[in-house]
Amino acid sequence: MREILYRDAICEALDEEMERDERVLLLGEDVAFIGGNFKTSVGLFEKYGDLRVKDTPISEAGFVGMGTGMALTGLRPVIELMFSDFMLVAADQIINNAAKITYMSGGQVTVPMVIRTPIGAGRSSAAQHSQSMQAFAAHFPGMKVVVPSTAQEAKGLLKTAIRDDNPVLFFEHKMEYSNKYMIDDVVEPIPFGKANIVRQGTDVTVVATSSQVMKSVKAAEILEKDGISAEVIDLRTIVPMDRETIIQSVKKTGRLLVVDEAYERCGIGAEIGADVMDDVFYYLEAPIARIGTPNVSLPFSPALEFPLIPTVEKTVDKVKKMMK
Amino acid sequence: METKYSKKHLLSLYEVMYRMRRFEEEVFEFYKKGMMPGLAHLYLGQEAVATGVCAALNEDDYIGSTHRGHGHLVARGADLGRMMAEILGKETGYSKGKGGSMHIMAMDKGILGANGIVGGEIPIATGAAYSVKYRGTEQVAVSFFGDSATNEGTFHESINMAAAWNLPIIYVIENNLYGISVDIRDVTNTANLADRALGYGIPGVVVDGMDVLAVQKAAEEAVERARSGNGPTLIECKTYRWQGHHVGDPAVYRERKDSNEKASWMERCPVTCFRDKLLSIKITEKEVAKIEESVEAAVRAAVQFAEESPYPDPAEAYTDLFSDM
Repeated sequence: MREILYRDAICEALDEEMERDERVLLLGEDVAFIGGNFKTSVGLFEKYGDLRVKDTPISEAGFVGMGTGMALTGLRPVIELMFSDFMLVAADQIINNAAKITYMSGGQVTVPMVIRTPIGAGRSSAAQHSQSMQAFAAHFPGMKVVVPSTAQEAKGLLKTAIRDDNPVLFFEHKMEYSNKYMIDDVVEPIPFGKANIVRQGTDVTVVATSSQVMKSVKAAEILEKDGISAEVIDLRTIVPMDRETIIQSVKKTGRLLVVDEAYERCGIGAEIGADVMDDVFYYLEAPIARIGTPNVSLPFSPALEFPLIPTVEKTVDKVKKMMK
Repeated sequence: METKYSKKHLLSLYEVMYRMRRFEEEVFEFYKKGMMPGLAHLYLGQEAVATGVCAALNEDDYIGSTHRGHGHLVARGADLGRMMAEILGKETGYSKGKGGSMHIMAMDKGILGANGIVGGEIPIATGAAYSVKYRGTEQVAVSFFGDSATNEGTFHESINMAAAWNLPIIYVIENNLYGISVDIRDVTNTANLADRALGYGIPGVVVDGMDVLAVQKAAEEAVERARSGNGPTLIECKTYRWQGHHVGDPAVYRERKDSNEKASWMERCPVTCFRDKLLSIKITEKEVAKIEESVEAAVRAAVQFAEESPYPDPAEAYTDLFSDM
């Protein structure tokens, strides 16, 4: 084990995959010379050169579409979108093209492309640079959607994403980039569609994504002092979804809370709640609950922004209500 | 008519154009008989463009195609039966009935996909050109699109990157004057769309899109430029579609300014005018008729194959979303 910054774990995954497979290349705004806006590709330009680590113009639809063309013709591009909000600039290329081509071709082709992009509020970046786009992405067929938690998880899941033959949207939480984590010396790819029970418990199941996994573990530690035993599940991937692990946990605990930072309306909580209801209804001791970002655009002032973000305290309070 | 091309080549150009013409006429028939689900955007009138451009290509080159893409597929030698079956929504179609007229993909012919979004395939073809450069092969990519796609952001973004990075790609505008009902001249203040090349620092060429040999010549120059590492070219082919935007569109908007517009373009029909040219250079009626008969037989077989093919099982709708789930 060793200590690592989250952003360096991302960079290591990119480096190791580029080293093992020369078809892997990286494109995006500011990814080359300065090593990425969030410093997730430092040193790769020097190591792999201009053709393989490419600074693009600010043309999100253009370079995402180019990624699809590369993927159709034998390469495995990793595209960085500087903020997940910018997915909307490239939405046609992501949703109408990359995600649909395998299907529209009747399975003649695959699109092995990863789009890496940061999510999350907390930096006073305001309404166009703070959104969490994972629920939006999961709405459309044809894309795998990954929401890694720790540095170890991010590295292992990014390796899997790059080796996957399908379009993968890989959401990194921007508040994690400068956080330190312990990581294994060698990180193997982590399979998609297999949730991780990070903390065992018997009273309530907390299914969380991305940074909310770490916050939920902290919440569980606080709840334990009040005699409440919370099981925390790191969902890892929204598409594919590991329903079985959630269902088995809820059958044991009788309660389900879903915590995800995307907008609450039509969000991951609503989706999981409805999806597992048939299987868990008669085991429930309390209504299924969810925590997300309220449906307002994210404001600039910290005084306005921070109260909107899902926190440890909100999770603790919600679970306590569910236990009454 | 003077030409550097062999008689065999000239006959093959005619064969391809006649094949497109007859294929599209049969698609139209299926529509009129109510046997075709949805709509189709016919290539009738534009045959010289795809034929001339694809005559300049090698088998392993790439094509980005459009909603009006049947002609591009025929020019690349795609299987007419599988194309027609796809257009009828049958399980034997190229995409097992999941794509339809607008999305016929034939990866074995280098067709990266026909695209229902105007301008949608321009960056994809550009990415294929980047891939060629990355892999260091001799291939080129061609991106076909209509006049209206030149007003999409993807057109600008893609050509800008291809020019900046010297990518081996040829951008071909099929200027048939209309984006559905809107005259390109009413929404764009550029006499020749190829003039936009100046803004990207690449050559822009205007060519008579009704003349297959002129198109081939322009394409050969652009392909040579791309293959020798000198970057992209923008070619504007001035052409016309015989039908409306799609089957069933009466295209009344075309009479607005010039009641004779369609008739004057049809006088310059790329297929029949080229046939006349062939007969003027010691190619016999018999030789031409022989080609036409073989095309008729191939189109008849395709029609029969498509008609007799079964529809897909409803469960098929749930497959091919991902390669592995």
